[in-house]
Amino acid sequence: MTFLDILTQQLVNGLVLGSFYALVALGYTMIFGVIKLLNFAHGDLYMVGGFVGFIGLSAISSVVGGDWPAVFIAMLFSMIAVGCLGVVIQRVAYQPMLAAPRLSILITALAVSLVLQNAVLGLTGGQYQPFRADLGFGGINIGSLFIQYNQMVLVGTAAVLMIGLELFVSRTQYGRAMRAVSIDKDMCQLMGINVPVVIAVTFFIGSALAAAAGTMAGAYYGSIWYFMGFLIGLKAFTAAVIGGIGSIPGAMLGGLILGLLEAFGTQIPGIGSEWKDVFSFGVLILVLVFKPTGLLGRPEQERM
Amino acid sequence: MKKPLLTLTGIGLSFGAYTVLEDANFSVPEGAVVSLIGPNGAGKTSLFNCITGFYRPNKGSIMFDGQELMRLKPHHVTRAGIARTFQNVRLFQQMTVLENVMSGMHCRTRSGAIAAILRTPRQRAEEAEIRDFSMECLQFVGVTDDYNREATTLAYGHQRRIEIARALATKPKLLLLDEPAAGLNAGEKQELIELIQRIRDERGISVMLIEHDTGLVMKVSERISVLDHGVKIAEGPPKEIQANPKVIEAYLGQEGEEADLDD
Amino acid sequence: MGEKSVVAARLFGPLAGLMENRPARWTATAALLVLMAVAPMIFGSYATVILTNALLYVVLALGLNVVVGYAGLLDLGYAAFFAVGAYTIGVLTLDFGLNFWMSLPFAVLAAAIAGVIIGGPTLGLRSDYLAIVTLGFGEIVRFSARNLEITGKASGLSGIQQPSIFGYEIASSLDFYYTFCILAIIAVIVSFRLANSRLGRAWLYVRHDEDAAEAMGIDRVRVKLAAYVIGAIYGAIGGAFFAVNLGAISPESFSFTQSVLILMAVILGGMGKIPGVILGAFIVILGPELLRDLGPLRLLVFAVGLLLIMLFRPSGIWPGRSAAK
Repeated sequence: MTFLDILTQQLVNGLVLGSFYALVALGYTMIFGVIKLLNFAHGDLYMVGGFVGFIGLSAISSVVGGDWPAVFIAMLFSMIAVGCLGVVIQRVAYQPMLAAPRLSILITALAVSLVLQNAVLGLTGGQYQPFRADLGFGGINIGSLFIQYNQMVLVGTAAVLMIGLELFVSRTQYGRAMRAVSIDKDMCQLMGINVPVVIAVTFFIGSALAAAAGTMAGAYYGSIWYFMGFLIGLKAFTAAVIGGIGSIPGAMLGGLILGLLEAFGTQIPGIGSEWKDVFSFGVLILVLVFKPTGLLGRPEQERM
Repeated sequence: MKKPLLTLTGIGLSFGAYTVLEDANFSVPEGAVVSLIGPNGAGKTSLFNCITGFYRPNKGSIMFDGQELMRLKPHHVTRAGIARTFQNVRLFQQMTVLENVMSGMHCRTRSGAIAAILRTPRQRAEEAEIRDFSMECLQFVGVTDDYNREATTLAYGHQRRIEIARALATKPKLLLLDEPAAGLNAGEKQELIELIQRIRDERGISVMLIEHDTGLVMKVSERISVLDHGVKIAEGPPKEIQANPKVIEAYLGQEGEEADLDD
Repeated sequence: MGEKSVVAARLFGPLAGLMENRPARWTATAALLVLMAVAPMIFGSYATVILTNALLYVVLALGLNVVVGYAGLLDLGYAAFFAVGAYTIGVLTLDFGLNFWMSLPFAVLAAAIAGVIIGGPTLGLRSDYLAIVTLGFGEIVRFSARNLEITGKASGLSGIQQPSIFGYEIASSLDFYYTFCILAIIAVIVSFRLANSRLGRAWLYVRHDEDAAEAMGIDRVRVKLAAYVIGAIYGAIGGAFFAVNLGAISPESFSFTQSVLILMAVILGGMGKIPGVILGAFIVILGPELLRDLGPLRLLVFAVGLLLIMLFRPSGIWPGRSAAK
């Protein structure tokens, strides 16, 4: 393959990866926007989403088969279920901690993450669970570039979800309220905006997006695992930071950039696919040290 | 004329398009009490923040005791000899009164981790010195009972004085007090005036205060500077300031009726 | 939140009250030391191994306590320092033929450097970011250990020689039990002395109000780095002795789960308070033993426990003042 071929192939890979990262990063950024907390358990909602999607798919596959339409139904089911789970977590675990010192709510989020991980670990015994979806490996050839249908569907679905989110945020009342709350929560309370409901809606949507990513990841990669939320959580956080935490377009952009960086990074001699995780963390640290507000984020006014 | 201890020349501070300070020139003489007054939003606390290194002015120079302070980090400014209190009392939570004051001695002592682990004689002597001097500062401001109580549980007036004791523990040459009389009753304000005078007379420390209570300011200051919209509009002894028409005008807008510049 | 704390206080209050009383404290400490000395005889060899583990955790948890409990920096990648200590010993003794005692200073030095490298970038970050960045560093270290030749890749290092001191070889599990007893005692003493020192207070000042601390002349960069470095050194010493105790180390011992367990030890017993941290270490190690029958659900029990504690009693099981006494 020529250099250009490799480049374009990695472009495709990067888009696919980036879609996952973007979907999960969106939840991170939205939740951070409204309650100024990095939801440590968010990656685990992606994982739970994968499992719920699997359960859904298994339930209907005898009727609808295992191809993409079935996966979509399972995905929708998972989005709703995990969306609700997200709201429950927010109400039960985070809401009471909002007035407590910073450290406390962070540890609570960590605790939630551990509960989710270990609950699934207990239920599955820690094994990789094959995600039986009959997606096939067909695709189209453009020159020596091969794009799977699956990849196109994946990126397309992610794009649809993100467009839907963007419309929601910019066109609906809730969307506007969400943006307002992320700027000044207390002021919103005074202006009569039902802040708790807005927060709940935000959690629902963020969790649902993560669940969508989880289900699609399960279908695409063919297996799910109790620990899969861990790494994606870190990557999604990196993506959100790159794009500017709190910014929705930023999360999308950041996800894309990280996906592409990783895909191209694997081609750098010496890095290869094993070190790509370290590479991503390296990017995270560099961004936080040199440009903590990311590409599209608002600078935080520190000092007195 | 006393020798100037602190001199600010041409200080300009803006945040984006918003100019907070415009060509500010000030000096604080040695062993004197001076005040900075002005309507709300005039830039007074920002000036303090520039002096103490929390804000970096866009231009100008700050000379203190022969040293340029402009590029220094806040903790270096304190080590150079300038201490401050805050507008909203900022005592350390969940720590005792004594522990709060002891924080001031940190920059005047040197024992590190190893000395602490080994409990060297020098470290033990330093710990005793820290405790003793902190108690002394507390005695100086008149808050000695309750030194083992959590500082933020004490009465507001006491907390203000503890903050001053904490600043004194850094052994400063210049003390910046940001609205030290806010929230105090008449009796406490009188005590504050006496405390400020004692700080100058007994410890030889210069004091610069930001204050809204003009009566108090007139009583305690040797010189008053008036700031309005980031610009100094007047400076001089209390009698002059009282009669200055520009000052009266600046305050007129604030209070609607003539500001009470006499006692 | 208040009423729940009252309930917990009622349950543990009398015990804590006992600990506040000076003569009672000395007697309790003495009794504890005697118990530690004779425990292997009373509880048998299996229990001795478990207790040795618990003592290792006391050292590690006290180290993390410096970073999280005193300085308030939520380090989720603490196992990295543990790894640095263990692998330094492994590499120096196996590849370079140095003996344990000569390698130990290098392990400490490596840990200090790691503390600066990991702590440095986090200095200006808010706590959420700090948590995730330290986690990232922890993963980087584990990953590197798993993929570098010199650290033995996924199979780790084995055949690490036991150390000897004044001709006596520390080899049996009983030997290591007493070694860790000594380490734990040293760790406790060092922690007490640090907590009640100028640096210990500085950590609290910076933790409670960074800006006010700076205004009082405290260099928060130095203070925070000191916390990381000191915490790292605890971790490395624990790691060094862990390596020679087991004789073999693999990257799996230094995972995020390990960091979390150490963090749990710090929090469950009462963040920042030394007796609480010791209690937490024992809970984290002895708990799974007592809950053996639950199998993989053991960690779930801990996670749920942690969640409940955060919701109902954020200062941990141990009540009392939150000052670092």
